Amino acid sequence: MSQPEGKGGGLRVKFVPDEDVLKHIADNPGIKVRKDKIQPTVSVKTFVKKLENISDDEAQEILEEKKYVAALGMCAQDSMGNGSSVSGGEVYSFQTPKRASKMAELASELAQTPGQSVAPDHSKCPEKTAKTPQSSSNYMFLMHVFSLLLQSKRKEFVSTTPYRLRKRLAAPDPYLESESEYSASCSEEEDEEDQKEVSTVLSGQKTPAKAMTASTPPPRNTLAKKIKENKMSNLVEEYFEAHSSSKVLTSDRTLQKLRKRRLDQQTLHDLLKKAPLAYAAEIKELNQQHESLFSKWMLQLHLGFNIVLYGLGSKRDLLEKFRTSVLQDSVHLVVNGYFPSITVRSILSSITEEVLDHIGTFRSPLDQLEFIIKRFKEDSSLELYVLIHNLDSQMLRGERSQQILAQLSSLPSIYLIASVDHINAPLMWDQAKLSLYNWLWYETTTFSPYVEETSYENSLLVQQSGSLALSSLTHVLRSLTLNARGIFRLLAQYQLENKDNTSYPGLSFQDFYQQCREAFLVNSDLTLRAQLTEFRDHKLIRTKRGADGAEYLLIPVDDSTLTDFLEKEDEDV
Amino acid sequence: GCFVFKPSPKKRRVSQKTVNHFGERKDDSEDTELRYVTCQSLWNEIKLETEQIQEDLNKQLFDNLVSFLRRSHSEFQEKTTEWTCQMKSREIPTAALVLGVNVTDHDLTFRSLSEVLQNNITPYIALLEAKDCPGIKNLMQKLMGQLMNCYIDVDSLEDEDYVQVSQNRIRCSMSSLINWYESVTKKTDSETPRKRRSSSSRHWQSPPVVVILKDMESFTTKVLQDFIVISSQHIREFPLVLIFGIATSPMIIHSLLPHSVSSLLCIELFQSLSSKEHLSTIIDKLLLTARFPFKLGEKVLQVLINIFLYHDFSVQNFIKGFQLCIVEHFYSQPLSILCCQLVDAKKRVNSLSHNQCENIRRLPSFRRYVESQASEKQIALLTTDSYLKEIIQKLLEDLQVYHENYVLVLRCLHVFTSSLPKYPLGKQIRELHCACLENQVWETEEYESSLQLARMLNKSDLVTVLQQCVEIFVSSSGKEFDKTIEKLKEFLTQFQKLEDAFQERDVSVSSQKELQKKTDLYHLQKTLLELKESRRSKKLTKFEMLRFEVVDYIDSLVRNYLVPADRKTLHEIVYFNTASVLREHLNAAPRIALHTALNNPYWYLKNQALKSDGGSISNKAPDICIVYKLHLECGRLINLVDWLEAFSTVVMAVEGPNADAASSDQVDDVIHARFIRAVSELELLGFIKPSKQKTDHVARLTWGGC
Repeated sequence: MSQPEGKGGGLRVKFVPDEDVLKHIADNPGIKVRKDKIQPTVSVKTFVKKLENISDDEAQEILEEKKYVAALGMCAQDSMGNGSSVSGGEVYSFQTPKRASKMAELASELAQTPGQSVAPDHSKCPEKTAKTPQSSSNYMFLMHVFSLLLQSKRKEFVSTTPYRLRKRLAAPDPYLESESEYSASCSEEEDEEDQKEVSTVLSGQKTPAKAMTASTPPPRNTLAKKIKENKMSNLVEEYFEAHSSSKVLTSDRTLQKLRKRRLDQQTLHDLLKKAPLAYAAEIKELNQQHESLFSKWMLQLHLGFNIVLYGLGSKRDLLEKFRTSVLQDSVHLVVNGYFPSITVRSILSSITEEVLDHIGTFRSPLDQLEFIIKRFKEDSSLELYVLIHNLDSQMLRGERSQQILAQLSSLPSIYLIASVDHINAPLMWDQAKLSLYNWLWYETTTFSPYVEETSYENSLLVQQSGSLALSSLTHVLRSLTLNARGIFRLLAQYQLENKDNTSYPGLSFQDFYQQCREAFLVNSDLTLRAQLTEFRDHKLIRTKRGADGAEYLLIPVDDSTLTDFLEKEDEDV
Repeated sequence: GCFVFKPSPKKRRVSQKTVNHFGERKDDSEDTELRYVTCQSLWNEIKLETEQIQEDLNKQLFDNLVSFLRRSHSEFQEKTTEWTCQMKSREIPTAALVLGVNVTDHDLTFRSLSEVLQNNITPYIALLEAKDCPGIKNLMQKLMGQLMNCYIDVDSLEDEDYVQVSQNRIRCSMSSLINWYESVTKKTDSETPRKRRSSSSRHWQSPPVVVILKDMESFTTKVLQDFIVISSQHIREFPLVLIFGIATSPMIIHSLLPHSVSSLLCIELFQSLSSKEHLSTIIDKLLLTARFPFKLGEKVLQVLINIFLYHDFSVQNFIKGFQLCIVEHFYSQPLSILCCQLVDAKKRVNSLSHNQCENIRRLPSFRRYVESQASEKQIALLTTDSYLKEIIQKLLEDLQVYHENYVLVLRCLHVFTSSLPKYPLGKQIRELHCACLENQVWETEEYESSLQLARMLNKSDLVTVLQQCVEIFVSSSGKEFDKTIEKLKEFLTQFQKLEDAFQERDVSVSSQKELQKKTDLYHLQKTLLELKESRRSKKLTKFEMLRFEVVDYIDSLVRNYLVPADRKTLHEIVYFNTASVLREHLNAAPRIALHTALNNPYWYLKNQALKSDGGSISNKAPDICIVYKLHLECGRLINLVDWLEAFSTVVMAVEGPNADAASSDQVDDVIHARFIRAVSELELLGFIKPSKQKTDHVARLTWGGC
C-alpha cells in the first residue's frame, strides 16, 4: 500500500485509493495497539521506580546527558588524564545547607582510619544518611531542574490528549474520560505524529493504573507529578536556604585566640622546606610523562596552534624545563602572570623594546600592538616564543588584556604557550578570542605546589612581611623629585608619630599643606594636590573623607615597613 | 614580570627546522623528514581546497553585493539633480549581511569580501570592529586611518608625506574626510590620466566608500546612531555605503536604531550560506572523495561533527580539527609515509626499510590478512621483505579501489535513504557515512527499516532515485560500475514499459471510478472493501516485483562495497582513529581534570596508599586534596581556625599517634605552614576568596560538594 505519509515532507497531492484510506483508518490504530502490547511491562517497572522516588524523567535526563557525553566521544578509550568517568553533574552540583560541625566530623572520620581509605560508615553516623541532599545520588544540575520543570509542563500538555484517539483506544479509566472532555478543544491541532506518541503514552498510563489496586485514587501521572513537585520544591527551598543572606552559622573562633603567631613569608618558606614533598616519585613520573611531549608541542606551535596547559599543580617548573631544554636557541619571552603588577602594556613594551629594539613610546596598547603586528608581518625571519605562566591571573584576565594577547598570539610567527589554573579560566574567552588563540589543550596535572604563584598573593594567613611593599616604595620614590620625596617623608613621619593612636584618621589636607609650606616644599595648594595625585596613582597614599568633610591622607603601609623606609631614606640622603 | 631571553647572536642563526620536532620518538626515527613533507603537502592541498570551496560558496553572495554596490550610487555617478533622486540620496545605501552565529568564520568572509570589492568596485574600504570603536571619535579616527592608508596602497609612494601629514594634522571630522575624498577623486581624474584609465576599467571615477561594520551587534547604539546621522548629512558629497555584519537576525537593526535613524538607511538584506551547508560541502569535498589519501575514522569524525553541532557551528574550527588530525596521524603513525597518492606510495613501498616492514607486520589488520592466507604464503609474508612489498602494493591498490567504490555507492545509498520518510539512516550524507564506517551498515536496524520503506516507494520517486544513481555512477571515471549502470538503466526501461502498460489500465480504472462516483457512500464503501479483499489475495503486481528487485539490487551493492573501513587490510595507514586525542586537545574540560585530581588523586599518582573507593579519599592524600575535601563540608563561609584544626587532626593521625598526645589546640608549625600553602593554593584555583564578613573567615566560591 502506498502510505500517505511516505512523501517526505512538503505538500503534495497524490492519488490515494479509497481502500487505502479505509485501511489507514481501520488498521493503523490496530497496529498501534498491537505495538503497545510490549509497553505495559516496561511502564509498570518505571512506575515502581517512580514510587521509589526516582522519576524516570530523571533517568531519561541522565540517559540523555550520557548520550551527549558519548556523542562527544567521552567514553572513548582514554589514554591518560582527565577523569573521564566524571560527569558534569558531579562537578557542578547544588549547594546544600551545611552544619557547623560537619568539617570536624569528616576530619575525625578521616583521622580515625589511618592508612586506610575511608569509606563513609553510614551505620556510625545516622544523621548523615538522613541528609538526603548530601548523598551522592541526588546531585543534579541546575539545568536538570529546569528540564524537570519543562518536562512536568509537558506532561500536563500530553495528558490533554485528543479525545478522538482515546475513545478509539477505549480507555476504561473514568478519570481519563473525565479529563479528556476538558481537553477536547485542543485535540484538533495535534497532528499525526503527536498522536502516535501520545497513544503510547496513554497506553503506558493505562496499565499501571490497572495494576494498582482500585482503591488508590490518584492516577499515576498526578502522583508522579506530586512527587516531582515535592522534590522540586525541596531543591528550590534548599537552594534559597543555602543562599539566603541570613546569618552564617560558623564558629566564632579566631586565629588570635589560638595564640598562634602569624607566619611571614620567609618563615613559611623555611617551614615548608622542612616538610618533605609527598609522593615525590609519582610526581616526578607525571612530570616525565609531560616532558615527553615537548617536541610535539614545538611541532604544533610551529604549525600555527598555540598551547594551553591546565590541571592541578604548578606548571611553572614544567614550562621552565621546556624553556631551558627546547628554547635555548631562540628568542623567547617569559611572562610571569602571577606577578601582581604585570600588565599587558609591560608585555608589549618588552616585545617592542627588547625584541624589536624599538625606542619610543606609544599612545595606547592598541597602537603598540599594531606596531608589533606590522613589524612581524614585514619581517618573516622574526620569531618569538612567548611563555605565560598563569594566563588567568588577576592582572591579565581582563577582557581587553585577553583581546590584545589573543591578537598577539594569532600572529603566525609568535608562538604562545601558556598555563591556566583558575577553575573558571575558560570563561575568559569568547568564540572570537578562542579562534584567535587557536588553542590546543594539554592536561598537565603535576601536583607540585604552587610556590611562586602563591608567594605574591597577600595570603589570608600570611603576615605581610612588607619587603615587597618596601621595595616598591623606595623604587617609586627614587624616581620622584626631591620636593616630592620630602612631602612623602613628612606624611610618613607624621603617621609614625601617631602610630599608637588607634583612632588616627590620617593627616588632614589643610594641616599637611601647612606643614609643607613651612618646610618650603610647596608654594600653593595646587602643587601639593598635583603631587598627591601622583602619589595616589602609585598607590602610595590613600585619601579618606573625615566626619567633618575634610580630606585625610594615609599611607596604607604598616608601621614597621614605614620605619624601615625612613631609615633607608636617611641612609641615602 | 616579563623577561626576554635572547640567545647569543652566534647561535641565533641556527634556526630550528620544524622537521626536527617531528619524529623525536625513539622507535621510528627514520623517514621523519619524508613524513613531514608528506604531511605538509597534504595539508596545503587540503587548505587550498577548503579556501576554494569557501570562495565558490560565497560567490553568489558576493556577486549580489557587488551588484548592489554598483546600483547604490549610480545617481551619484550621473550627478543627476532630480528632486526624487535628491530625496532618495539622503539615505545611506546599506547592506545588511546576515552571517549566522559562527562568529569565528566571519573574519575570513569579510577578508575575501573586501578583496572582491577592492578588485571590482572601489579601493576605499574600511573594516571596523566594535572593539576598536568605543566612541564616535575612535570610529572616525579608525575610519580615516584606514581610508587614507588604503589610498597609499593604491597609489604610489610620492603622496605619502602629504597623506601622512594630513592624517596627523587634520582633525577627524566629516568635512576633512570629504576634502580628502574630493582631492583623491580629482587627482585621479586630472593628474594621471594613464592611471585613471587603468583604474577606471575596474573602478569608476568616483567610487563609493564602503564601510564594513564587522560585528554590528556589539557596537554601542550611540556610536552607530551618531555615525549614521552625521554621514547621512554628507551623503551628497561623500558616497558612503555601509555593510553591516549581523550574526543574529536582521531585526537587530531596528532594535538598535530608533526609527528616526533607521529611516536614514536604505537597507537591503543579504543572507550568507548557512554554516551547516558549508560543512556538508566541506565534508563532501574533503572526506567523501578518493582524491585525498587521508581519511578520518568514525569516532574522530563524530567528535569533530559534534563539536561543530554542539559548540560553535564554526567551519573554521572544523578545519582546524581536521588539521590536527592530519598532524597527529603523521606524527604518531610511522607507516603514514604511505599515506599519499597511490603512485608515490608504490614507489615508497619499494624503498621501505626492514624496520618499516616489521611495522607493517605488526598492524592488526595485516595480521588478520596473513592469518587468512595459506601457510606457505604466511611464511613468505612474514619472512621475505620483497614479497611483502609486492603484496603491500597490491593491497594499497585494493584500498584505493575500495575508496573509489565506497564513495559512489555511499552517494547512491544516500539518494535512496534521503528520499525516505523520517530518514532512518539520517538526512545528511555524513550521518550515513558515519553509520557505514562504524560497522556493517546492513546489520543495523535502521538499515533494515529503510529498506522496508524503500520497498514502499512509489514509482515516480523510485524512478528519479534510479536516475540519480545512474548519474552518480556515470560521473565516475572507473570501469568498475559499467555493469551496474547497465543494470540500473535496464530497470529504468522496465519501469518505462510498465508505465506504458499501466496507463491503459489506469484509464479503465478511472472510468470505473467515474461510474461509482454517483452511487452513495455506503455502496462505495462496500465495493471498495470488496476490491481490497480481492487485491489482498492477489499476487504482487509487476511493479511491485520490479520494486523488490531494485531494492534487492541496491542492497547487494551496499553489501559489496560499503564494508566498514576497519575490516580492510592496511586501513591503519590512511585512517586516523584516535578520537580521544582529538577530544582532549580541542574540547578539554579543565574543571573536570581539577575535580578528578582533587577528589581522586590516585588517578594521577599511582601510589597504593592513595587508592580508595567510592566518594572518599585516603587521609594520606596530598594536603590540597584533604583541605579541599574538608572545605566541601562547609557552607558559604569557612572558619579558618576550624579548618586548620580539622586539617591538623587528619594530618596528625597519619603521622603517628605519638605526636597528638600533648598538643591540644596548639598546632605544629609545619602543619600550619602546610595548611597555609594548601589554602592559598585553593584561593589561586578559585575555590575560595578572603571574606571581610567575619574575622578569619573565607568565602566559598563553588556550589555544593561531591
